Amino acid sequence: MNILLILIPVSVILGALGLCGFLWTLRSGQYDDAEGSAARLLLDDEELDGKSSQDL
Amino acid sequence: MTMAAACPGCAAAPLAIEHAKIHAAPALVLSLPGIHCAACIGKVERKLNALPEVNDARVNLSLKQVSVQGNDIDADSIVAELKSVGYDAYPLDLAYLETRQDSVGRNLLIRLAVAGFAMMNVMLFSVAIWSGASDTTRDLFHLISATISLPAVLYCGQPFFSSAWTALRVRGLNMDVPISLAILLATAMSLYEVMNGGKHAYFDAALSLTFFLLIGRYLDHHTRSSVRSAAKELAALEVHTAQRLEDGKAVKTAVSSLAVGDRVLIPSGVRVPVDGTLDSLNALSDRSFLTGESAAISLTMGEIVQAGEINLGAPFEMTATAVGNDTTLRRVATLVEMAENSRNSYTNLADRAARIYAPAVHLLAFVAFVMWVWIDGDIRHALNVAVAVLIITCPCALGLAVPAVATAAIGRLYSMGFLVKSGTALERLAEVDIAIFDKTGTLTLTGRAANLDHLSATHTSIARALTQASDHPVSRGLLAALPSGPIADLTDISESPGNGMQGIFQRQAVRLGRGPWLGANFSSVGLRVGLEDAIALPLHEVPRKGVKTALDGLRALGIPTRMLSGDTQDAVNALARRLGVDDVQAQISATGKHDYLMELQQQGSHVLMVGDGLNDTASLAAAHASVAPSTALDASRNAADVVLLRENLDDFPTLIRIARATSRLSKQNFAIAAGYNAIAIPIALLGYATPLLAAIAMSASSITVIANAMRVRFVK
Repeated sequence: MNILLILIPVSVILGALGLCGFLWTLRSGQYDDAEGSAARLLLDDEELDGKSSQDL
Repeated sequence: MTMAAACPGCAAAPLAIEHAKIHAAPALVLSLPGIHCAACIGKVERKLNALPEVNDARVNLSLKQVSVQGNDIDADSIVAELKSVGYDAYPLDLAYLETRQDSVGRNLLIRLAVAGFAMMNVMLFSVAIWSGASDTTRDLFHLISATISLPAVLYCGQPFFSSAWTALRVRGLNMDVPISLAILLATAMSLYEVMNGGKHAYFDAALSLTFFLLIGRYLDHHTRSSVRSAAKELAALEVHTAQRLEDGKAVKTAVSSLAVGDRVLIPSGVRVPVDGTLDSLNALSDRSFLTGESAAISLTMGEIVQAGEINLGAPFEMTATAVGNDTTLRRVATLVEMAENSRNSYTNLADRAARIYAPAVHLLAFVAFVMWVWIDGDIRHALNVAVAVLIITCPCALGLAVPAVATAAIGRLYSMGFLVKSGTALERLAEVDIAIFDKTGTLTLTGRAANLDHLSATHTSIARALTQASDHPVSRGLLAALPSGPIADLTDISESPGNGMQGIFQRQAVRLGRGPWLGANFSSVGLRVGLEDAIALPLHEVPRKGVKTALDGLRALGIPTRMLSGDTQDAVNALARRLGVDDVQAQISATGKHDYLMELQQQGSHVLMVGDGLNDTASLAAAHASVAPSTALDASRNAADVVLLRENLDDFPTLIRIARATSRLSKQNFAIAAGYNAIAIPIALLGYATPLLAAIAMSASSITVIANAMRVRFVK
């Protein structure tokens, strides 16, 4: 049963990592324009080469 | 990010500020109704970012807006640039836009994420316990579950606790009281069990309860906030600038900065921003917002012009006598907003269910407790059963029943061009049994067309040439009504302000304009070629597209239609015959409309009011449910439950059908939740409920309810 001592922290930490990841995406505004993000995937890189690429 | 795991709430504040700094307030936000794909984003952003004054332009496809940052940005030139790549853009007044950070929604989403994380981890341990972990292993798992659950429940449950506390403080009961009680009691009892090495702990139940209920709460909030921001955008779209005359020159200023005594220039086709007196010799004005009358009113110098009127003639000048909240328009609108709203007393479906549900659940849990104390005298076991009853009665299905259906329905209606503003609007629309329509601006468009059948081909081509040369609203209306064809070759075309257009055709003077100017004995617009008699081109209203389909559709749904209008009997009857309205009332005043409607409601009818003018506002507020077109006045849009975003009325019956389906599905959801309870409650009462059973009942009923809600998407 000693394996539990490793596995339990591992599972909790993995979950916490997922939570942190979600909170990061939320705060960096990745849900502000869901449709736009889906569409931007189709744009070529040079099309987005405007001034906006600086803060991407 | 290390601190986020410790306390997401504390970490949120500084990060939000940082986020706001990166995305500095835009200098200009434009509405772009025409964008729909990746190529549009590329075109708009490339065009704007190429401009020297623009620092950054970013399209938001979900909101169909582009925000532009930079110095010295001129809205008009940006609009022109976008027009050149094929997009109509409308500048939005930033003061009317919602701040872009939706902090409440974000907060709920963070709580939802934390609850989801905690629930999944605790569920891992619970599965191990259910499949037979015992003794020290079970106690260890319980202990870890408790460590994760306690802070998570306290943090994630806050929206429910605070709402329940607000209700309890005024000695009321709402849905959140049994919810909070179930969450807190389950956690507290499980803690007690863990300390004493007990067998059953309900940590996973408490957490999944919180998680599912937060989903319902978030859906509810999301629908309301997206609708609110769409309504805000409508207000922001309106022109909030006016042209003030300073030393004979027109200077663009904000309407809010106009003062009494200012002289204002009103261009053609623009709404008058202030009350005042006319300084120009004469003017042609549309006062239908106040009276419902479709005919234009001609004014002469010194006469009173009211805020809200639309200038149908040449540009005119006026002196302001009342501004801002002192204008007649604002005063009436404020009165209406203050007037008692019949809908304030409407209790929505969820609250009605909660009124029955909350006391019943508390009573049941209490009875279970007393019964088991009486049977075996074991208080700990009795408490266990009582908590199991509280959890298993499953408020989560009830909490999801209405928001899930409403979210799906409102989303679908929005894509069809209906902006549903109030949460209970769909329930009320479903009960409607008579529809009352205003005429001018609602069934008809503000534009005008003429009966042109009696014009010869030559005359038509002359009229085409003259109207084409003018931007006047009447000219544009005429041009749209003229059949397409050749255009006469005219020379010396000029506009006589306030009168009409003139030119030379084959060495004859031709004129198109007001009757008296043509030397004719009619007052409407006419055409005169050379020395011939002038031909009258009487203007009439154009019905909206799809009006007939809409009215027929309503009748098919068992809703008779009536038309109330302030216009003349002739105009009203003519339109009613063409459209097949069931009953009409002409020359009816604003109070008349309101009284008529109240009388119907007192007889027990549920009235749907559809109107746009200031004379409809009181009726819109008093009706059981109300709809206003997006061209309506601000006050009317605020009073209405639903705003029509499209000109076309074709889909109107679908609105009612979806509303009825929403109401039906919500009730079905309550029935499903009740069905689960009917099976689970006896088991819980008999003391056979285990945490596993509670978890299954809760998840299964929540998923069934959400799946059932999605059916609203398939309503034809």
